[in-house]
Amino acid sequence: MEINEKEFLAPGHRACAGCGATIGVRLALKVLGENTVAVSATGCLEVVTTPYPETAWRIPWLHVAFENAAAAASGVEAAFKTLGKDANVVVFGGDGGTVDIGLQALSGAMERGHNIIYICYDNEAYMNTGIQRSGATPYGASTTTSPAGKQSFGENKPKKNMPMIMAAHGIPYVATASIAYPEDFMKKVKKASEIDGPAYIHLHQPCTTGWGYKPSKTIEMGRLAVETGSWILYEIENGEFRVTYRPIQRKPVKVYLEAQKRFRHLKDEEKERIQSIVDSNCAELKV
Amino acid sequence: MVLKVISANEAVAEAVKLAKPNVIPVYPITPQTTISEHLAKFVADGDIDAEYIKVESEHSAISASVGASSAGVRVFTATSSQGLALMHEILFVAAGLRTPIVLADANRALSAPLSIWNDQQDSIAQRDAGWLQVYVENGQEALDSILLGYKVSENSDVLLPSMVCLDGFILTHTVDPVDVPSQGDVDKFLPPYKPVNFLDPENPASIGSFTDPEYYMEARYAMQEAMEKSKKVIAEANKEFAELFGREYGFVEKYKCEDADTILVAMGSICSTIKEVVDDLRETGEKVGLLRVRVFRPFPEEEIYDALKGASKVGVIDKNISFGVGGVLYNNIKAKMCDIDSYGFILGLGGRDITPSTIKEVVEKTKNPTKDVQWIGLKEEEL
Repeated sequence: MEINEKEFLAPGHRACAGCGATIGVRLALKVLGENTVAVSATGCLEVVTTPYPETAWRIPWLHVAFENAAAAASGVEAAFKTLGKDANVVVFGGDGGTVDIGLQALSGAMERGHNIIYICYDNEAYMNTGIQRSGATPYGASTTTSPAGKQSFGENKPKKNMPMIMAAHGIPYVATASIAYPEDFMKKVKKASEIDGPAYIHLHQPCTTGWGYKPSKTIEMGRLAVETGSWILYEIENGEFRVTYRPIQRKPVKVYLEAQKRFRHLKDEEKERIQSIVDSNCAELKV
Repeated sequence: MVLKVISANEAVAEAVKLAKPNVIPVYPITPQTTISEHLAKFVADGDIDAEYIKVESEHSAISASVGASSAGVRVFTATSSQGLALMHEILFVAAGLRTPIVLADANRALSAPLSIWNDQQDSIAQRDAGWLQVYVENGQEALDSILLGYKVSENSDVLLPSMVCLDGFILTHTVDPVDVPSQGDVDKFLPPYKPVNFLDPENPASIGSFTDPEYYMEARYAMQEAMEKSKKVIAEANKEFAELFGREYGFVEKYKCEDADTILVAMGSICSTIKEVVDDLRETGEKVGLLRVRVFRPFPEEEIYDALKGASKVGVIDKNISFGVGGVLYNNIKAKMCDIDSYGFILGLGGRDITPSTIKEVVEKTKNPTKDVQWIGLKEEEL
């Protein structure tokens, strides 16, 4: 795969060492190139990349608010259409800004068929405000608002299945991806940019601060999520579902769980319950 | 001259057609809905060459407006009441990002209790968002104010959005003869929008940054400066408009104020009723006048003071209530002009009918004040 040597997200931004979100943005922009406008929802990415008067963005970039990135992008796309400007409009929203507070605006934008690429960078909690649970927090994870305690094993609901909610909108392209599989992710971004109409990519990205592992292990953690079947890489292109990566042999989920502080409190029976959730998800998608 | 007998909502739609915005994100809400409908039809018939975004909420209507305006094009949106309240958060962003959007608000009461009828609580509640606000008296003024709104908002000394407020149902759903100007004349008055800062891949910029305490206040101060500067821009725009179209607007309209002992101050369509009452009372020898405040933000302090300073008593009418202190127009006047002997009156909330006798009661109570703020037209039996 040919990779653009140019950087469109400058180094020196204020993200944590080992940040998965900025890896994802860097890779996506290498595919999309300079003829691209990015719209960010409020969140980690927006805050660490644009402390006024600095900016890490080497392409035009807009932030309006938390819950409305897809609506703001709709406006940008519509305006460009009237100007005859043919540029990529890409949105980066975190899991909170996408699956929770931004769901309505996103649903509207997808249903209206705007030619935008929406990338949800999913670190599975509200990391910007200090690790509160979101609808994308997985079962059993301890966060500051779903803490493990004497009567709690952490988050007690499974992760919201956002990519399938997007697929139900009947949009031409939906994919899941991981920053730990850059080639797979970048191919998907490429496809998303070539499709006429809305595209949604749900990008799984480990968070050193929120998940509790060493900053050097971000890619390893992303790989473990996929190798254990906790995160499944697939795409749905014009309604055709396809798994894009199959682990040769799935590793047991506890390898992934035990490597992270957010799951460290889990007892064996809870880890087994999570294994069975993962098994059933994998069976459903034939992984 | 083409006179059309149309509602104020249709007049707004005609103005939007003449202003030629590129993007129109709207969401229907009573009594704004017919603006959305007329614009949809104009687009469907090819009379407006614009992207009409059928958003899923008012929050997205204003968000898409900010997105489109940031991309460097002229934008129009419209709403009312609950819709404007839902936009609240992004109204501040639109002003802070200095996007010269023009929004028409069909003034309607805010819930609860739920009401679809007129008062001005919805837009008054947004007075601190950083938008210019104009309250119109009739359909003609609604049309003209949309054109003036773009002219002023897009001026590089201003770059703040404009809200044109028209009374729900009273104006939005009643018809009046309206002079719809020609496209040629409007093009002379309102040239194509030239954005200053916008999303441009040729010249990348970051818009909407995160700002720490080192910079935030200066950005807000710049908005205050722009609001002040807008006064000069408004005056110039009014003058140019009058020269081209023969209709002259000020910050305020003085109706028989010159020698008046008692002056009522009000905004919007109620002023037509007040003018009738002023004429009636003048016939009986009472020296009564009306000061209609047309531009509410920026607040035309000097013009208001100049009109009121000769009166012995002033009655300020508000179709809104800031609980605990009274009407907002009254409080603004009181705060800026403590030497004016003024009294506040709350009336017409949630569409409560305002008749000439209601106004006569206000005049009487202004002349013989018993307290600072009084509610007019309350039903004793329902209290």
